[in-house]
Amino acid sequence: MSVLLIAEHNNKEVRPFTYNAITAASQINENLHVLVLGHQADDVAKSLSEVPNVKKVIHVDNEIYENYIAENYTSAIIKHAENYSHIVSSANTFGKNLMPRIAALLDTSQVSDIIKVISEDTFLRPIYAGNAFATVKSNDKKKCVTIRPTSFDPADKSGGSAEITKSDPAEASSSTKFLKKEEVKSDRPELGTARIVISGGRGMQNGENFKLISDIADKLNAAIGASRAAVDAGYITNDHQVGQTGKVVVPDLYIAVGISGAIQHLAGMKESKVIVAINKDGEAPIFSVADYGLEADLFEALPQFLSELNKLNTIQK
Amino acid sequence: MKILVAVKRVIDYNVQIRVKEDGSGVVTDNVKMSTNPPDDNAIEEAVKIKEAGKAKEIVAITIGEEKAQETVRKALAVGADRGIHVKVDNVIEPLAVSKILKKIVEKENPDLVFMGKQAIDDDCNQTGQMLAALLNWPQATFASKIEVKDNALEVTREIDEGLETIEVNVPAIVTCDLRLNEPRYASLPNIMKAKKKPIEQINASDLGVDINPRIEQIKVEEPPKRKAGIKVASVEELVQKLKNEAKVI
Repeated sequence: MSVLLIAEHNNKEVRPFTYNAITAASQINENLHVLVLGHQADDVAKSLSEVPNVKKVIHVDNEIYENYIAENYTSAIIKHAENYSHIVSSANTFGKNLMPRIAALLDTSQVSDIIKVISEDTFLRPIYAGNAFATVKSNDKKKCVTIRPTSFDPADKSGGSAEITKSDPAEASSSTKFLKKEEVKSDRPELGTARIVISGGRGMQNGENFKLISDIADKLNAAIGASRAAVDAGYITNDHQVGQTGKVVVPDLYIAVGISGAIQHLAGMKESKVIVAINKDGEAPIFSVADYGLEADLFEALPQFLSELNKLNTIQK
Repeated sequence: MKILVAVKRVIDYNVQIRVKEDGSGVVTDNVKMSTNPPDDNAIEEAVKIKEAGKAKEIVAITIGEEKAQETVRKALAVGADRGIHVKVDNVIEPLAVSKILKKIVEKENPDLVFMGKQAIDDDCNQTGQMLAALLNWPQATFASKIEVKDNALEVTREIDEGLETIEVNVPAIVTCDLRLNEPRYASLPNIMKAKKKPIEQINASDLGVDINPRIEQIKVEEPPKRKAGIKVASVEELVQKLKNEAKVI
């Protein structure tokens, strides 16, 4: 029995959720191998070989793996699948796009988005936007599993020295072509892994008002999130969306500003350690999950919040 | 061009989910059911493509118990031309759904298959990608913009880092995100007209595919509850609590 984890990376660096997935994968079985499909991604293979939990890195280098074309990734993974009992990846847009394509070709019923490994075949996963938890046992011979990264701590990154083996590419798809990626660059921490997240909702009223949020984010070294309503209204780009169909975040501190707290938004943040809600509607459902609720007009509260933070001598980073 | 759109009947997104006391699942009796929200986006997009003169026929399909037909009827009321209802009595897994859809695709020969990116009940996010694999078709998941070109689609996808644009040759599978479009409401005359549109009924057992479950649901339970919080009176008090009580800033 051994596990094959599909690494997510940008050909230079390992994407952070891969480390969380490594933790979960090694809980399934400690005989963990990592597959790096990339183009000139030697640094990625090397970084992963230094992760103590990783026993072997398989590196396939070809230009057809420069971008995440699921069709190209799948044919390469299928080539290696016979040696493994489990194929795993993180349950973000990378793994969600990829894993079902692999599972179907292996005739396996995939277990999506697990939050706990109970045994090699039994897992806990949220359903109905996290309003119920299901314990499920996979009876397929080969198991395909995606992992909710925020439910597992990232693995240690150094101290190991796994062997790196090179492998040949598989056939490329001629029917899918990568055209472009519009990546929003930011100096702020990544939303998925930030220690503090401050999010705005429909109550922000427009995109310019998100400046009130970004000023506080700068002060707290926080990532900026948003409700679906704020993204739909065009106040902020889709990569900020927190919720059932957006990102799931579990920061130490989540500050929800002008967010009413629809079930779909709560699904993405209610596991946060400390939740603050600032909303002028005292009946808003967000207060039911908040540790600290402030019933106030956000346009008054946010500038005050910033000035109170400025008064503090020290702020944890 | 012919577009097949798959729709699923799920518990309405506004319903507060209740877990059954015996741990066997969630309460579905006397609970409001609706079409899975991103499946509405899938239908809407197909209708827009047809209205632009780029598709000739839209076929809506659902798989499920008798009442699942309601979702097909709704799709017919907003512009689908005819419907297919594949009857199954139990809940089936996405792998089984994609095997059934593959049979229907082989019979109907659509150029495109649209569906929502994820069903809001089991939150699996698998069916479209699985169907693409079984048919060996290209997939464009989490679509927030679709441009129809000659024998290809240019699709903008919502991904964690932002947006990605790919081109897929037709035939292709597209799974739709919520920002793809604004689904229309059916007008009363169209609801009446939809009642006359045909819905073909097929028994899943007649399709000759293995739809037996591979995953055992051992139990369903309520997630741990958060302990009740407090309301603070001022911003100053909030900052003090975060600093000295919660110790997070």
